[in-house]
Amino acid sequence: MAAASDDLLKTPLHGLHLELGARMVPFAGYSMPVQYPAGLMAEHKHTREAAGLFDISHMGQLRLVGPDAAAAFESLMPVDVIGLAPGKQRYGLLLNDQGGILDDLMFFNEGGGSLFVIVNGACKVADIAHIQARIGQRCQVLPLPDQALLALQGPQAAAALARLSPGVERFVFMTGGAVQIGGIAAFATRSGYTGEDGFEISVAAQDAEALARLLLAQPEVKPIGLGARNSLRLEAGLCLYGNDIDESTTPVEAALNWAIQKVRRTGGAREGGFPGADRVLAQLTAASGVAGHLDHETLKRKRVGLVALERIPVRDGTVLESFEGLPIGQVTSGLLGPSVDRPVAMGYVALAYAEPGTRIQAMVRGKPVPMEVSTMPFVPARYYRG
Amino acid sequence: MTIKYTKDHEWVRQEADALVTVGITVHAQDELGDVVFVDLPEVGKSFAQGEVAGVVESVKAAADVFMPVSGEITEVNEALRADPSLANSAPLDTGWFFKVRVSDAAQFEALLDETAYEIFSAES
Repeated sequence: MAAASDDLLKTPLHGLHLELGARMVPFAGYSMPVQYPAGLMAEHKHTREAAGLFDISHMGQLRLVGPDAAAAFESLMPVDVIGLAPGKQRYGLLLNDQGGILDDLMFFNEGGGSLFVIVNGACKVADIAHIQARIGQRCQVLPLPDQALLALQGPQAAAALARLSPGVERFVFMTGGAVQIGGIAAFATRSGYTGEDGFEISVAAQDAEALARLLLAQPEVKPIGLGARNSLRLEAGLCLYGNDIDESTTPVEAALNWAIQKVRRTGGAREGGFPGADRVLAQLTAASGVAGHLDHETLKRKRVGLVALERIPVRDGTVLESFEGLPIGQVTSGLLGPSVDRPVAMGYVALAYAEPGTRIQAMVRGKPVPMEVSTMPFVPARYYRG
Repeated sequence: MTIKYTKDHEWVRQEADALVTVGITVHAQDELGDVVFVDLPEVGKSFAQGEVAGVVESVKAAADVFMPVSGEITEVNEALRADPSLANSAPLDTGWFFKVRVSDAAQFEALLDETAYEIFSAES
């Protein structure tokens, strides 16, 4: 283990994590804090009750610049990029030519033909290569490796941040802009990955530690590791790339239909025109049951939320069966949700078993554990919409 | 009372001639993090040394609980089943897992003593 850690990249907050007593683990090629001495459960609950600070500097940040940037980026995703107003942020999905998901991301319209994009750490090298190869002729693709990224999440995040950056509380969910936080120049959006209100803050690497210390000095704020980040996002019903979505899953199979705006759907003004559009749009039609019934051939499986009816955590990789013992799918993420205080999971099931309320069973160590298909999120989202 | 340890980070405490109590070590619970579920064996069931007798799950991970010595389960900790966090808060005490009627005393004698376990866990 000691030898391997030498190969790992370090974020600008590495020294601070060690000082705070974090347990570091390899993640996306970086040495990252999985938990601090408080522990995953306490960190999770603190984020839901007050405010948590996350180092997510392993994620990829880039800018797409040029008058054609929005139209070019739109050609890679089933998402309305052109219609996103300046100052607003949106969720996007890079697709391969089969409609499989290469990565999920957030993009922000900075105005003046500039998009600010945040992608997953484990995917960033491939994403940038993909974007460069596909649309590098149409706009500038500018990776931002010298930017750190912090997330401040929780019901008291806005109060804590506004103390250092008056006015930042006026941003509503999925908007943002340039800010000064205690005199440090940064870029903040009101968004996150916990289901709570909060902010993601991009800051120059050399200012990251000063900013983190400033935020941690606020009485509401404690440092939160990747472990709690995972349990928070799962309770919020949000996908983890590599677990719940990957190149083998399409947006419709992943139940991310909401991310495909009408303008890109069949009959929309800019219908199709993204990689895998034929398959994805056919699946969208199948999912809507236009013919009066669901089309199980075009759309075979769907991502669903699952709640175990016994107090046994059901982990990713667990096989799901019907009560008749037929294999019908697999769990992709699962744990005991610290806030919901029961085992929650998400996974893929055959379409016939995807309705909320459907009872199925998970095979845990050879024993069946009854589960029920559930709507998500497992905890109510508390985004600030103004 | 003699306490021995295994390389699977379990402790084994001799209670009487052929009766031992089994639990996980402070190091084990520290590595696991918050324990949220334990699966305990059936009382009366016999296992060979090294067989999986139970499971301990934390928020992060699941780990098998191995039988440290061959024998028969005489009692399991129902309090732990009801409150798995005892494995974190009192791993050597009220967080014990199960008791075993040992079938081969030599197996117990061959387990690690405290010093050997400390060296082992420092290296691992």
